[in-house]
Amino acid sequence: MLSLPALLICIGILVPFVTAIYYSLQRYRLSQPWAREMNWGQNYLNFMTDPGFWNTLSVSMQYAFYTVALELLLGLGIALLLQRRTRTNNFISIMLLMPLMTAPALAALMWKLMTNPGFGVLSYLLTLVGIEDFRWGSAPGSAMFTVVLVDIWVYTPFIMILLLAGLRSLPKQPFEAAALDGVPRFQQFYRITLPMLTPYILTATLFRLLESIQQFDIIYAMTQGGPGDRLTVFQVEAYLNYFQSTNVGRSAALLMILWAITFFISNIFIKNWLRLRERARGEI
Amino acid sequence: MFKKENDLAQQFLNGKISRRELIKRFGALGLTASSAGVLMNMHASQALAADFDWKKHSGKTVKLLLNKHPYVDAMLANIDNFKALTGMEVEYDIFPEDVYFDKVTAALSSGSSEYDAFMTGAYMTWTYGPAGWIEDLNPWINDPEKTNPNYNWDDMLEGVRASCAWNGQPGGALGSDDAKQWCIPWGYEQNNLAYNAEMLDAAGVAVPTNMDELVSAAAALTNDGVYGIGVRGSRSWATIHPGFLSGYANYGQKDLTLTDGKLSAAMNTDVSKGFHQQWVTMIQNSGAKDWATHTWYQVGTDLGAGKSAMIYDADILGYFMNGGDNAMAGKLAYAPFAANPDADAPTPNIWIWSLAMSKFSKDKDAAWNFMQWASGPEHGLFGATKMDFVNPVRKSVWADDMFRERLSSTYPGYVEMHDISAPGAKIHFTPQPLFFDLTTEWAASMQKMVANEVPVDEGLDQLAESVNKQLEEAGLG
Repeated sequence: MLSLPALLICIGILVPFVTAIYYSLQRYRLSQPWAREMNWGQNYLNFMTDPGFWNTLSVSMQYAFYTVALELLLGLGIALLLQRRTRTNNFISIMLLMPLMTAPALAALMWKLMTNPGFGVLSYLLTLVGIEDFRWGSAPGSAMFTVVLVDIWVYTPFIMILLLAGLRSLPKQPFEAAALDGVPRFQQFYRITLPMLTPYILTATLFRLLESIQQFDIIYAMTQGGPGDRLTVFQVEAYLNYFQSTNVGRSAALLMILWAITFFISNIFIKNWLRLRERARGEI
Repeated sequence: MFKKENDLAQQFLNGKISRRELIKRFGALGLTASSAGVLMNMHASQALAADFDWKKHSGKTVKLLLNKHPYVDAMLANIDNFKALTGMEVEYDIFPEDVYFDKVTAALSSGSSEYDAFMTGAYMTWTYGPAGWIEDLNPWINDPEKTNPNYNWDDMLEGVRASCAWNGQPGGALGSDDAKQWCIPWGYEQNNLAYNAEMLDAAGVAVPTNMDELVSAAAALTNDGVYGIGVRGSRSWATIHPGFLSGYANYGQKDLTLTDGKLSAAMNTDVSKGFHQQWVTMIQNSGAKDWATHTWYQVGTDLGAGKSAMIYDADILGYFMNGGDNAMAGKLAYAPFAANPDADAPTPNIWIWSLAMSKFSKDKDAAWNFMQWASGPEHGLFGATKMDFVNPVRKSVWADDMFRERLSSTYPGYVEMHDISAPGAKIHFTPQPLFFDLTTEWAASMQKMVANEVPVDEGLDQLAESVNKQLEEAGLG
């Protein structure tokens, strides 16, 4: 009886997944139904010679790297500042969660207004420090910076709260012993805090990386993938391919590649996470 | 109801007195405008019912998928008359435009029978038609058993009507004899010039009449707080279709050419490169700083807020920005615009909000009952004179004195702009299944040109090469 729900869930997950694989192996454009046929791996082979695909791969990786790296640094920094359990720190940590409760698409629209070169408050602030005519998401040179900034605003609290929970759950004895031995705070952080916090960092990084590499809302709401092809990440490209171009085959193939990348990354992280856990238990 | 008022309404509907005369006589009888409107609608419904069995589908319900739009507001304001006329019920879902077409694609591609009819643009039918999701409406239009004798299909503006008909052959002429009528025009937008008359006067700038003058005027009007010309710039097909393609077509330029049944790119000719260069320079010098993210919404609201001096875009944006609580309300004016100094008249590319019938509808005749009423002359006139149903697609509505007077009194130059542009107003794109792919790429190329990432001539050669490759891969080139 217990296996029936599990079976149903498996079917619920597997049916769309297998359908996507099936579509990705077809030449299938809704506006040319007469040309629909199995082309097996041709959609994937076409990617090899398609500069658009390599641009998508590169842009997606860059976006994921910048956002996760910066959010991790900021999240860790804020968590360390809020580590002590005080009323003020607890209040601040709750307040810092606010952006996380904002829908990313709404956050993007809000930032779009704030970064408007004509009347945006951030553009105005830049003029006060002598930076004129900064075009944020509208210019190729600053588009990536702009969307990464929005992503950081929305998701840094997520990493912060995970790492804060990790920091507060660390055992006190090693730190007390280090303090007695006169180990400087800086050394304590690198030798004790960071290694003990690594499983939490890995978990937070994995969650954010998976989400970041699949980013859609912020980029689409702010730039629709532009200017030019500057921000055509996987999800934006697949969305446009399906809903605008009705090129189901290419869209599905793009999403399968994205799935393969996320699967690969998840595997690496989970293996490392398990290895760290075993090490912590003294099993290796 | 008094006999005199009824007689007057009847005389008008029989064409014995003009609309102006009718209003004058109603006034003499002490009838207010709203009472007169109610009376007229009632009589119009009776007149419709007299010639056709509108009650044939009484008791049935049609369900519509609609985009949030003033055309829908006008339809809903008049829907009780439809219900009274037919005895039918109408259900509907309304979505904002951002998600509307995704919803349509999802509903149709899944074969759902939830919706009987829906709003669409003509470009979208180049996907929906070949995919087998919508009906060719010719069998209904041409069947006197199903279409009321007052429908007057020939009353539709020719260019608009033809733009909604395609034979399904890639590159096939719109409105050809073998074309299928994939949708019925409901309301449409020409792309022309709307400008802030106060700003032009203050700067001593004359209303531009061609591309050279537009570039100069836009530069002269650009200052610290205002940019000269608003045009769309987002990475979307919608950046290409309004002012840009209208001007481009005015130079006789095409997106694609059809030779021996094969399509090929035509946007890298010398004339095209010259036009692109002018367009790009204009945006660089006098466009919005965040042009690359501008959709119709930003183009319209910036004009209404006094942030731009002119727009070369959908005329109805200028219409709506000249009213309500917009900062520039009452200061906007309109002009027909022929980009090519040697052209005889403007050639605006058009957007047509249309009604299409789902192939999966369970009662298509009932759906057609609604569609012919909603696109009929009576509702068209009601919407145009009582609501903001601009631009109407029927010649009879444009010929209506009251409508013209209403527009001219508060929208200076709007009627003249329409009259001058209407003969050349149509879809100037080549109909083919890759429309959205190719135009989105065109917009992305334009963004690169404006950002100086690629020179115009090189960018267009690259675009043409990419377009040809895609056409070939799709078996079209």
